[in-house]
Amino acid sequence: MDFLIFKAPMLMVQASLDGILLGILFALIAYGMALQWGVMNIINIAQGDLVILGGYIAYTIYLWGIHPAWGVIISPIIMFFVGWGLYKLVINKVVDRDLFISILATFGIAIVFQQLMNFIFGADVVVAQSEYGTTMLFDNSVTLPNSKIFSAFISVLYAVALVIYMRKSKLGRAIRATAQNARAAKILGVDTEKVYAATFGINAALCGIAGALISITLTLHPYVGLPYTVRSFMIVIVAGLGNLPAVAVSGMGLGLFEEFADYILGTEFRIGAVFLLLVLILVYRRFKLSRKREYLK
Amino acid sequence: MNKIAKLFVTFISAITLALVSFTSSFAKVEGEYIVLGSAISLTGKYSSNGVHTQNGYNMAVDRINKMGGVEVQGKKYKFEIIYYDDESNPKRAAQLAERLIKQDGVHYMLGPYSSGLTKAIAPVTEKYKIPMVEANGASRSLFTKGYKYLFAVLSPANQYLEVAIDLAVEKNGGKGVKIAQAFEQDAFSQDVRLGILDAAKRTGSEIIIDDKLPKELNDMAATLAKVKAVKPDVLVVSGHTKGALTAIRQISEMKVDVPMLAMTHCDAAKLSKQHGKKSEFALCASQWHKNLSYKDKFFGSGKKYAKDFQKEFGYDPPYQSAESSAALLVFKDAFERANSFDRDAVRDALVDTEMQTFYGNIKFGPGGQNVAKPMILFQVRCKGDDCENRVVAPTKWASDKFYHPIPKWSERS
Repeated sequence: MDFLIFKAPMLMVQASLDGILLGILFALIAYGMALQWGVMNIINIAQGDLVILGGYIAYTIYLWGIHPAWGVIISPIIMFFVGWGLYKLVINKVVDRDLFISILATFGIAIVFQQLMNFIFGADVVVAQSEYGTTMLFDNSVTLPNSKIFSAFISVLYAVALVIYMRKSKLGRAIRATAQNARAAKILGVDTEKVYAATFGINAALCGIAGALISITLTLHPYVGLPYTVRSFMIVIVAGLGNLPAVAVSGMGLGLFEEFADYILGTEFRIGAVFLLLVLILVYRRFKLSRKREYLK
Repeated sequence: MNKIAKLFVTFISAITLALVSFTSSFAKVEGEYIVLGSAISLTGKYSSNGVHTQNGYNMAVDRINKMGGVEVQGKKYKFEIIYYDDESNPKRAAQLAERLIKQDGVHYMLGPYSSGLTKAIAPVTEKYKIPMVEANGASRSLFTKGYKYLFAVLSPANQYLEVAIDLAVEKNGGKGVKIAQAFEQDAFSQDVRLGILDAAKRTGSEIIIDDKLPKELNDMAATLAKVKAVKPDVLVVSGHTKGALTAIRQISEMKVDVPMLAMTHCDAAKLSKQHGKKSEFALCASQWHKNLSYKDKFFGSGKKYAKDFQKEFGYDPPYQSAESSAALLVFKDAFERANSFDRDAVRDALVDTEMQTFYGNIKFGPGGQNVAKPMILFQVRCKGDDCENRVVAPTKWASDKFYHPIPKWSERS
């Protein structure tokens, strides 16, 4: 029973596809986190709660009778302004401070957001229905929900669009310049204040997209944001800042790892395995770093 | 200026003193009121069920007070409840229980919402020897600790889905079945799991998948892929509302065919409303259903209760409200039989409780759990896009026949 996956090869295909599709979605959230971490040096604990808020926006339009897939356009627009406002209200006061202070501040924001969502949308678990149906492969032995395929496709689409935007547009270049050296960018006439606000807004917008996708693929609840924060944190730690292909690969890798851990170690160790992996990676990093230091000496 | 300041201070102290004497006058039985206390989740993650619980309590208090109240030693008393919001937090709940008992002088408690919070409060009420009638803590571990002052009107968690396994075995011609199960890793769901293990042993059934879902998880794709591969006779899922909603979403999307699907928390998750036809044929464990034929003189029947509740609060009562209302009927009955406000006399009267309420029969076992009321199972059935829950087991109350096996997804429209 334990190694069912090796007896049924189709399970392996199913697990891999499930893992990759979910991983792509996580990568999108992680990309937002990497972006604003790189630019502003802020670890956003409220990342997952922004995702859930984005999901609730999609759920709200679903309640109004609009198809929830429109959420992937409406939700990021609203979330961009939420992010912008959040920056002006709180984040700009902690942006050049110690990392610890920004963690505290975003932790506070996370709690406020959770309570607000609980207050506005209620404490019930909710889902939006996309009615997208199912794709069956290999004589029905592998089944993929079309909503998951849709969400992976939209995530890739937005990620590519964002990369192009960062390369080509003026604001994109300003953001990259600020990430490299904020002081130098300021001296050369970049309005870093605006760049920071825009970066936080873009991050929130990415969370909005991911949230809308989660509303049609998984479930929403005011208090389930933290696992998304933790997962994107882990992806960023593995991939490093400002490296989109690495974030994508690390996201998919994490998705795969989780699925396979589920089959091999058991469902109860699924999330534990991910944390164990994080610890191993951090230890390995530290080991590599200390060797480099010795070498320099 | 100094004079005015002095006057002001005097004024404030007078008000404080007045308030203090006012609050302490809330203690136990004061004037014509019997004061009960409850910490309840009005905010935080249990807030919707917390409100259902509170509405159930309030409904019963109003009804009992209107119908003459509680008669002790020839005098009529009314119920009154002091509520505090425990923020869905066990530590806070325990603190508030202390506060209710020590500061507000409450001598009789009503339970909070959820097994976790009841577990936090029970040691406190036990320490001060305060009788507590609770309606929303079903975890088996509450009833194995030897608590003497805890009484639960509901059936313990391990009984939730045992009936479902019996039903599956019956459909299989009395032979054991293959069970696949997925339970969240929390006290309640794991107790439901223990019940299934017992039932499997008793019926000679085999458990072929036994997944424990981490609390943070909202994706069951891996478990369901396994279920598809091994083809069990029955799939059992319990993980609160999140588990119920995730399961139906992914079972329908992954086209997982199982002859029988049994779950908990279907009505709390508003399953038939949120997932519509996709949830059809799911079997759900429930403490109560309005169509059951139990009766009492305060609420009449379950149907009457549902109607009155709907009128008062604007929604159909979930079982969480019904069992909460029943808790007050139990207290009233105990006070009248004890004919005293002595805590131990009331406690002894509670032990001897044997009554019928609109919610079901109530008689407490040695651990404090209700042993007189069976769990019921309903099945989601749809007509067009309209889905509703129909009682299918136990046969005594079944309004509909149990539909088995569930048609394959390829045959469902």
